[in-house]
Amino acid sequence: MDIREISLIGGFGKAGGREPVARLDMRMGDVVSIVGPTGSGKTMLINDIALFADANTPSRRRVLVNGAPPPAIFQEDPSHNPIALITQHTTFLSDLPVREFLRIHAKIRRAARQESVVEETLAFANELTGEPIIERSAMTELSGGQTRALLVADAVVIGNSPIILLDEIENAGIDRLRALELLKRYRKIFIFVTHDLRITLLSDYRVVLLGGAMQAIVARAEEERRVAGRIGLLDGIMVDVRNRLRAGERLAERDLIGELEQVLAAPSAEAVR
Amino acid sequence: MRAVICAGPPTSGKTTVLRHAARKLAERGRRLAYLKIDVQYCDEDELFARELGIPARKVYSGDLCPDHCSVLVLGDALAWAARESAEFLLVETAGLCLRCAPYIEGGLGVIVLEATSGMNLPRKIGAMLTLADLAVVTKIDLVSQAEKEVFRANLLDAADIPVIETDALHGINLEPVVRRIEATPELVEPSRLRGSPPMSVCTICAGKKEIGWEHHYGVVRALDSDLFYRGQ
Repeated sequence: MDIREISLIGGFGKAGGREPVARLDMRMGDVVSIVGPTGSGKTMLINDIALFADANTPSRRRVLVNGAPPPAIFQEDPSHNPIALITQHTTFLSDLPVREFLRIHAKIRRAARQESVVEETLAFANELTGEPIIERSAMTELSGGQTRALLVADAVVIGNSPIILLDEIENAGIDRLRALELLKRYRKIFIFVTHDLRITLLSDYRVVLLGGAMQAIVARAEEERRVAGRIGLLDGIMVDVRNRLRAGERLAERDLIGELEQVLAAPSAEAVR
Repeated sequence: MRAVICAGPPTSGKTTVLRHAARKLAERGRRLAYLKIDVQYCDEDELFARELGIPARKVYSGDLCPDHCSVLVLGDALAWAARESAEFLLVETAGLCLRCAPYIEGGLGVIVLEATSGMNLPRKIGAMLTLADLAVVTKIDLVSQAEKEVFRANLLDAADIPVIETDALHGINLEPVVRRIEATPELVEPSRLRGSPPMSVCTICAGKKEIGWEHHYGVVRALDSDLFYRGQ
């Protein structure tokens, strides 16, 4: 099935009232952020999508694919499910060695080029993680970051899933902006549950949640790209400060003020990443 | 009477699957009875009676193999469920032995396995899986998409039966299980076991502690012999 669009028909919030957003349409190629305070129902929202909710979850939302109820096969066989959900779990439970596991998964997915797809998955994962993955290791031996990196890579490359849901990728110990950059090369719908400012600002639009209900859909304004750029410069300062502390250095207030002034003085164009 | 025999290792989610399924069946006006077989303790019968208001009871197998016990009591249990005017008898086994499960011909045999239990589990269990009609995989919220797929492939490799992935704790995707239960036909007398499970009921299981075959009865063997029968 050629997926062009997935829609979420609004249900009810935790207090029982109808959701202010009656319908959320996500088109192929969209990068979406789900934002809101802890407990506002962000994870519930992506679970609804992952389950193809049909008024049978607590929110009573419904999912449509290309404007119609999804075919049953999506739920009957996980390898026909077009949605991959990368949860906050950072452990695998499979005790198989990494390469063997990936090879079995590629076989199940009937990937055309089984060996090269495994290579591509490992290469993708290794771009996201600090320590390269040892392919003879058991999946259970991978670190939290390596696990997340492999989950993302597997979903994108072997799973070739057209819709990818990522729950708080920033907590994963992987390079989140590198991940976003790599992911954008693949034409998919990416839905990020995130507290990260830059992931939010680099998304096409954001869905604002409160009390278990979608409150608003906010498209990113052109100016916000520049805001994201400037926040990136601030991020650079934070990274630099962290590195200096880790190296045993002392910090001077004057240095920090100087760096902040540079952020203010940077031309808009330069602030855009 | 229609019989549903539910087996699966301890903590795999048998009770949770049956509880959600029973609630949905009860909502549709189906009349149910529930029997739990366990070794020395269980309180699931009270749970089913309290939550669903259905006739529910338990049997402790004690020193007997619980699946063996189940074969012995199932005839009486079907008659009991009929007296209680139930249309369906849901039987939950103890789930202590990975090899066998007393599925019966004409009944629905359901095995419940947890997705978290290791990729090779389907290869390790015998008749409990291969003689079942339906495999329900639970706890899918705890594993990755890829692991779900590999687990299913290994399951299908071991037994060519329908597989339904669920998050039973949150009642997710149990509707297909309910449909299968509803489609179970009426039992035809006499009820027979679907296979002969290796239940190893013997004098040792029943409490004799002496070491050496010469102290035991039933099917025995010596170090250098084949199996032979020793009667009392």
